[in-house]
Amino acid sequence: MSEATGTARVKRGMAEMLKGGVIMDVVNVEQAKIAEDAGACAVMALERVPADIRAQGGVARMSDPDMIQKIQAAVSIPVMAKVRIGHFVEAQILESLGVDYIDESEVLTPADYTNHIDKWNFKIPFVCGATNLGEALRRINEGAAMIRSKGEAGTGDVSNAMTHMRTIGGEIRRLTSMREDELYVAAKELQAPYALVKEVAETGKLPVVLFTAGGIATPADAALMMQMGADGVFIGSGIFKSGDPAHRAAACVKATTFFNDAKVLADVSRGLGDAMVGINVADIPVPHRLAERGW
Amino acid sequence: MKVGVLALQGDFREHLKAAEECGHTPIDVRRVSELNEVDALILPGGESTTIVHLAQNFGLYQPIKGAIAQGLPVYGSCAGMILLADRIVDGVKDQKTFGGLDITVRRNAFGRQVDSFESDLTFNGTSLHAVFIRAPWVEQVGAGVEVLSTAADHAVAVRQGNLLATSFHPELTEDLAVHRYFFEEICKGR
Repeated sequence: MSEATGTARVKRGMAEMLKGGVIMDVVNVEQAKIAEDAGACAVMALERVPADIRAQGGVARMSDPDMIQKIQAAVSIPVMAKVRIGHFVEAQILESLGVDYIDESEVLTPADYTNHIDKWNFKIPFVCGATNLGEALRRINEGAAMIRSKGEAGTGDVSNAMTHMRTIGGEIRRLTSMREDELYVAAKELQAPYALVKEVAETGKLPVVLFTAGGIATPADAALMMQMGADGVFIGSGIFKSGDPAHRAAACVKATTFFNDAKVLADVSRGLGDAMVGINVADIPVPHRLAERGW
Repeated sequence: MKVGVLALQGDFREHLKAAEECGHTPIDVRRVSELNEVDALILPGGESTTIVHLAQNFGLYQPIKGAIAQGLPVYGSCAGMILLADRIVDGVKDQKTFGGLDITVRRNAFGRQVDSFESDLTFNGTSLHAVFIRAPWVEQVGAGVEVLSTAADHAVAVRQGNLLATSFHPELTEDLAVHRYFFEEICKGR
């Protein structure tokens, strides 16, 4: 039997299995178990959630392998972990640990202000953030097997995630309405490879799964993103910075499945305790906005 | 035939599309009322713990168990195989399944995502290209279980009565042989 590992199909296929699910940021074994019990389809292991990275400042890096491995040992669902943009050695380390997905993330301090990681060199699949279609297609061209629209991580303010989902969706719809001879210029304007632009124009969707992330704090936020066309959601600080994480985590999982059923959404939104306090994105000075990292 | 796909989490859209391409009417199943309408059910790939959690919370767990007991044809891929197994190893503590298939399944048996692979194999005598993602395998089969495919010396496609399960994901490929087998051999006459 000839077996091929690390192919585009198994990398992208892994993301297909996460669809309709919630991926939760966790900083220790206890949180990872709460997430798994609540029905998370995967966890993101990291030392500090974005809200704390924002509050504490300093350089944010890949997490301690010990901490990641403890979480891998504690749960049976997929475990993801973050590397700095362009830091391919952090990615080599995570690959050696056998994490299931690597997030090349703007939430950490970038290691390269020009290049992202050449993700084709890895057997492990990567997810990358994007604020618009051109950025998404550049990441896919570099080998990303999953895209998440960026929001403003660690704020609990969903407005940026909304902007970016609308932008990506709008740009896809625009491509599908174009004449074929207009796609060359569209590719130039999007700063994306023509072949990928043509594929999106023909299929009306990205060639990989599209999740959304950044600022999602309530079941209603999760359902909003699903109704906007996301395949699933990442929730970072929103769960474990709230008053009753286990309850809120389970509520967000249900809201992501029943995103079109207002009655279910009303039920799961009841009595969740305090949501994370949050910061308005508009109050964050531009140099401190994470979503603008990535090129 | 109305083919339901359990649409709580996972790659249910791909199975809905496969059912449609085979000429059937696909239906998303998230509620008991939708379950009651279908002539056959598919349990998709995804996270088995998430799917069971949602099924229990939304009152689908017992109805699906009951429908299986009454002979509803059910096909499960990957997570779906785990959900159809009577026994699982390496699950989370007290992980529940719908059951019905007299098999023991090992979760993530082929390893983590780095070990996910694609490969040619034989299914019920014909060859097909199979995609395995953090896949389970069948560790033990009961007396009434027919093995339709093997990989790495373990059963990866099994049938018992009206129940069919595969470790791999035919819904991620263009080859609909497994779906056709389910509709033509198992759902026959419905």
